[in-house]
Amino acid sequence: MERPSLATPTTVRVGLASCGIASGATAVYEKLRSLLADHDDIELQQVGCVGLCFHEPLVEVEVDGTRYLYGEVTPEIAEAILAFHLRGEGDIEERLVFNSEGDAAENAMLAKQVRIVLRNCGHIDPERIEAYVARDGYQALTQALRMKPEEIIAEVEKSGLRGRGGAGFSTGLKWRFTRAAAGDVKYVVCNADEGDPGAFMDRSVLEGDPHSVLEGMAICARSVGASEGVIYCRAEYPLAVRRLEGAIAQARQAGYLGRDILRSGFDFEIKVKEGAGAFVCGEETALLASIEGRRGTPRPRPPFPAQKGLWGKPTVINNVETFANVPWILVHGADAFARHGVGKSRGTKVFALAGKVRKGGLVEVPMGMPLRELVEGIGGGVGEGHAIKAVQMGGPSGGCIPAELLDTPVDYESITATGAIMGSGGMVVLDDTSCMVDVARFFLHFTQSESCGKCPFCRIGTRRMLEILERICRGEGKVSDLARLEELSVQVKDGSLCGLGQTAPNPVLTTLRYFRGEYEAHIVDKRCPAKVCTTLIHYRIDPGTCIGCTLCARQCPVSAISGERRKAHTIVDETCVRCGQCVTVCPVQAISVESP
Amino acid sequence: MCPRSPVGEADRADLTPLVETYRGRHGVAIPLLADIQRQFGYLPAEAVEEAARALDIPAAELFGVATFYSMFRLKPLGVHVIRLCRGTACHVQGSLRIAEELQRHLKVAEGDTTEDGLFTLQFVACLGCCSLAPVMMVGEDVHGRLTPDKAVKVLDAYRDGKA
Repeated sequence: MERPSLATPTTVRVGLASCGIASGATAVYEKLRSLLADHDDIELQQVGCVGLCFHEPLVEVEVDGTRYLYGEVTPEIAEAILAFHLRGEGDIEERLVFNSEGDAAENAMLAKQVRIVLRNCGHIDPERIEAYVARDGYQALTQALRMKPEEIIAEVEKSGLRGRGGAGFSTGLKWRFTRAAAGDVKYVVCNADEGDPGAFMDRSVLEGDPHSVLEGMAICARSVGASEGVIYCRAEYPLAVRRLEGAIAQARQAGYLGRDILRSGFDFEIKVKEGAGAFVCGEETALLASIEGRRGTPRPRPPFPAQKGLWGKPTVINNVETFANVPWILVHGADAFARHGVGKSRGTKVFALAGKVRKGGLVEVPMGMPLRELVEGIGGGVGEGHAIKAVQMGGPSGGCIPAELLDTPVDYESITATGAIMGSGGMVVLDDTSCMVDVARFFLHFTQSESCGKCPFCRIGTRRMLEILERICRGEGKVSDLARLEELSVQVKDGSLCGLGQTAPNPVLTTLRYFRGEYEAHIVDKRCPAKVCTTLIHYRIDPGTCIGCTLCARQCPVSAISGERRKAHTIVDETCVRCGQCVTVCPVQAISVESP
Repeated sequence: MCPRSPVGEADRADLTPLVETYRGRHGVAIPLLADIQRQFGYLPAEAVEEAARALDIPAAELFGVATFYSMFRLKPLGVHVIRLCRGTACHVQGSLRIAEELQRHLKVAEGDTTEDGLFTLQFVACLGCCSLAPVMMVGEDVHGRLTPDKAVKVLDAYRDGKA
């Protein structure tokens, strides 16, 4: 790689969101800080998640407006990056993952994306309000203060923005209802209780661009006539809570929050309320109960929160991603937003790509992009020698979309037609090593333990469904179980008050619909085709291949492997716990997994 | 949430000042319990009952809230709290095998604390670090891309005081 420019870098950025920190970015940041101590002309910044989680820790060097992004950076590599950019020494091309002017490994992955929600994530220091303001931050609020509330609502309605938390209700309409509701006291609530396992886009926005959420809430408050806001954030996201609180303090100081905002006479305060750990609190009426200090159980609607919400007052509840869209819409116009997307799904959607996909991370794409383009084009497909089996969308409320439907466009209506839901945007890719019955059991285990217990069908029905699925996974299923599962699914859906119970059967229904053969293999042949369900698989050492190195015997946590040195080893099936550690350590691949 | 050693009777401060700050207010159950837990490291049943008496709230209401939310615990925690992620991405990447290995290794079930009071093993829904799956947190540190073997080695490092 040629030295990009003789100019000295102006800025060095380190991704310090949760995933970066977990990969060791803090040590990289500290190393760079000590190396740059004598360089007053180079600014060292900490930024949020740029979305290339699989390359963390990430370091970006900006030279003359060109950005060079390096991945898998260690403190030593960080030193090499500086040596290269400052003195032209060495070569670090193999670590270059993105180059804003030239070409690099992940340029294509980023080029397919449209960044509205994530416009600032990975680019600005989330702990400095100046960085947000420098990129048009709070310009939308300034504009909104000059507009009539009805005009703001009309603009949001025109953009076609729909709730990004899962249900997809029109955001403008929700605001209109709340504005129309009688009462002097109204509230704006931000649902940051991102509980769907496999979804982490809200965390990234809160950690990487907290002001965009605050600004979106303030604009909403202005349009509906609220003066108090609450962000209900998961306690599992300590960094997000810290950054939000810091951002609120800075916004108050700068006059974007508090009394008489920008001398307009408009007052708006935001408080952060930490959740206490309950998945059901992502449901809006349960969330309100939790803010009020009670057990987070849902209540029947109507009345909807727009009429009777927090403390019985009209309340708008939107999720993090929805609010983060709002400032962009006001600055760029509803038409610019609606230009992206298809049909009734306008704008973009952020997805958390995870599971068996090669390039896991956060991606933001226009609605309507075919699922295949997302998973294969952007996510790079699955590992060598494996095939995509399904994509799980929408978490425990969603379903599994099989590989043959990968050309489905990603919009609310098309995804719902497959039996899955758009949900909050978790996208877990499954390949031929994933057992679909096990996946269904996994989700039922989750919803069963998270059911608040208010509705008997959800409380007891999910329990019965889980018991059946566990039995099938153990190879003790009956053919009649499948009809029983379908029957229970309908009853749980019909007999539950809130989204948790109404959608809990979805993972079972979609896997039954698209992967019935796998259920039947477990029940009839007592076989797990993906070789996952532990009671249906056996580990076997091939005596011809085994070299008797004893590595597996020493690794086995339950001493199930015996054999003399330099002689073939054997596994005692009754003792084996199917942990798979022997397979990992075997140097000659002599151990195989079998399902009869 | 910092890991804390079990709090002995002798360390228990008087509840009165804490409880008094909640007198006459509505919807206090969650912050009140959080404050009690901060003081003791967990929710001792006697402390909850005492607060209920002092504030004239039915004890059942407080226990109802305490057992509803996963943040509250009625038993003391170990020095290191292990939070193994059992989210979807971690599940398909083999976190169940890590869960089984840790239970075997520590000789505890989910939610329990080892005899020496060193580790508490918790399973959590999703830590939001899906691209590093499978993941566990020990205290505030996140450890990713685990195997059963690697997970045990991580804990050994904490036991030896090297982490």
